[in-house]
Amino acid sequence: MMSDGTKKKIQDIIGQYKYGFKTDADPLYDTGKGLTEDIVRDISRIKDEPRWMLDFRLKAYESFKRKPIPTWGPDLSGVDFDDITYYKKPSEQSERSWDDVPENIKNTFDRLGIPEAEQKFLAGVGAQFESEVVYHSTLEELEAQGVVFLDTDTALREYPELFKEYFSKVVTPEDNKYAALNSAVWSGGSFIYVPKGVHVEKPLQSYFRINSEQMGQFERTLIIVDEGASLHYVEGCTAPVYTTDSLHAATVEIYVKKGGHARYTTIQNWANNIVNLVTKRAIVEEDAHMEWVDGNIGSGINMKYPACVLKGDRAKGTTISIAFAGEGMHQDTGAKMVHLGKDTTSSIVSKSMSARGGKVNYRGLIHHGDDALGARSNVECDTMILDERSTSDTIPHNIVKNNAAQVRHEASVSKVDEEQLFYLMSRGLDESEAVEMIVMGFIEPFAKELPMEYAVELNQLIKLEMEGSIG
Amino acid sequence: MATLKIEDLHAQAEGHEILKGVNLTIEGGESHAIMGPNGTGKSTLASVIMGHPRYEITKGRITLDGEDVQKMSTDERARAGLFLAMQSPAEVPGVTNSDFIKAAMNARREEDDPISLFKFIKQYDKAVADLRMREDLPHRYLNDGFSGGEKKRNEILQMRMLKPSIVILDEIDSGLDIDALKVVGENVTSMKDDSLGMLLITHYQRILDYISADHVHIMMQGRIVKSGDRELMQKVDSHGYDWIKEELGIEDERVIPEDEARTALGECAVKESFNE
Repeated sequence: MMSDGTKKKIQDIIGQYKYGFKTDADPLYDTGKGLTEDIVRDISRIKDEPRWMLDFRLKAYESFKRKPIPTWGPDLSGVDFDDITYYKKPSEQSERSWDDVPENIKNTFDRLGIPEAEQKFLAGVGAQFESEVVYHSTLEELEAQGVVFLDTDTALREYPELFKEYFSKVVTPEDNKYAALNSAVWSGGSFIYVPKGVHVEKPLQSYFRINSEQMGQFERTLIIVDEGASLHYVEGCTAPVYTTDSLHAATVEIYVKKGGHARYTTIQNWANNIVNLVTKRAIVEEDAHMEWVDGNIGSGINMKYPACVLKGDRAKGTTISIAFAGEGMHQDTGAKMVHLGKDTTSSIVSKSMSARGGKVNYRGLIHHGDDALGARSNVECDTMILDERSTSDTIPHNIVKNNAAQVRHEASVSKVDEEQLFYLMSRGLDESEAVEMIVMGFIEPFAKELPMEYAVELNQLIKLEMEGSIG
Repeated sequence: MATLKIEDLHAQAEGHEILKGVNLTIEGGESHAIMGPNGTGKSTLASVIMGHPRYEITKGRITLDGEDVQKMSTDERARAGLFLAMQSPAEVPGVTNSDFIKAAMNARREEDDPISLFKFIKQYDKAVADLRMREDLPHRYLNDGFSGGEKKRNEILQMRMLKPSIVILDEIDSGLDIDALKVVGENVTSMKDDSLGMLLITHYQRILDYISADHVHIMMQGRIVKSGDRELMQKVDSHGYDWIKEELGIEDERVIPEDEARTALGECAVKESFNE
């Protein structure tokens, strides 16, 4: 019984995109459209990599060519691999001072508020533009504690042994077609090592920007949180709006060692012409805790299921996520929890919304292995469908291979609740204020997990977009 | 002084007529009580006055100070001075009590003149203390996980903060123990003055020990069948409703079938499944 005005308002929640501006930036080098073995070799040569990395890339390229496009999820047939530029180098090197970053690129990140956030509340920042990280800086006090926060290419040069020990052990090129592609052409991303017992109090952040059309961005992030250490890492991503698609296929690998704690927060706000196919996985050892805080607000097609492999006894995995799907968007997101150790616990809270014909799916996996005695999982997925044109599916997979497991799954799908709306309006809030309040309340479990500055940003984003539609 | 006037009001839900000609006038400063057995349309009347989308007015009219209430949206009615303390208030997870009440207060003010935070907190803390509610109330989500009694007290708290001119208390006593009933009674009574008009809806007489009513109406078959003063209330208290039915020749007083009567509003409000 909602009025047409309200329908329009809630449809516009996912309406405007304020990061869609373009930057004029001529790359120093690009590999041209399409992908061949020569281009893979070219990327490795430009980066002056060791032989083993070139071999790794070439092997991954073979497996990319061999693997079929997955058909169990959203339709990916629109991605034309021959139309994509796989590597584009925007600047000479990664700088430690914003003043040394080429001016137009620096301006881009200024407009995105990155240097400002860095000064206010971050312990370190990386900024990637197209294929390479153009800026990277860490607080000196962290460096003094032995924390390594570098772009992944630099880490390969400066910490070759540490790098080789962990690289591609959690996500191998054989994992899926897009992990294979990423392995073949990877460039940029973050490398973090937190030594034993070190607590990184303020978050580290990386920001990923795709600037040109029909671009492919393939960063690779590797994080090692050593025994008893802790880390909060934040990533953000945006792109200009184009009519043709770009591809973002990242790989994120995380190790959380015995008693360690890692939190990985994503605010994915790609423009709607980005196809986002990301593999994110963490190995969680004894008594360690991995948290994924996963916000999916943008992109045209998004397939992302952050995973925890709870390997050690009493390891803990947590995923809390939101997904918004507006017009022309298909969010296929969720989480995976693989319980291997005894008494491991996991919790997934997923909040999804669809409007203006958008499609939002929850797809999840809970797996309890033979030896995961006493493991417990809790899944809660709530979906709000804001109009009659929009849809949602919940696709959980639960596999339990022992007799001492607890798995709980709760799911709800609702419209904006009529009784809630009536209640708020009966106190004098007009319909759009009331809807806004209900929507903000719905995503509050996610918003409250964000650093304050991001929560404010998220709330303002939604409020602005709703206000903008009040006529 | 506000006047709420209900004339020959007929209303239906899903094609089923529930209100069948209600007449009632409430002036500022007056307290009215509507009593009656379950399922006779009392709560429906409250919901219709506030504009619940489930109900449709088919005949008659409601005016507030001469203005046609039917032409106002629910929020306009609230801002015009109507307040309904609900029988089953909705739970709104993720929205804190204080944010909500502040927004509701600001909805009554000019956009560039929101209530000062200091003033708000002072008023709010006073109301929380007077209603003997938990100190963490401002940070709790609106009615989420509240006991029945907490929800009812939260309604009275909002009523105090929003300062309406006509209040309707729909079974405010249900789910309250005797101590809570006293607290609610005190707080409502303290709001009474020459200008506040009040309509109490109840099927037990006991709330009237704590909040006095000068005018008492009996509702059956979707309309007011008998009106009187405190004497009528006392007679109902000692003799029940059967004598009225007999006097008026009413066999079945209900307009809502028994199994639906108690879930008419709100009970399953939070996670209703989507099936269109």
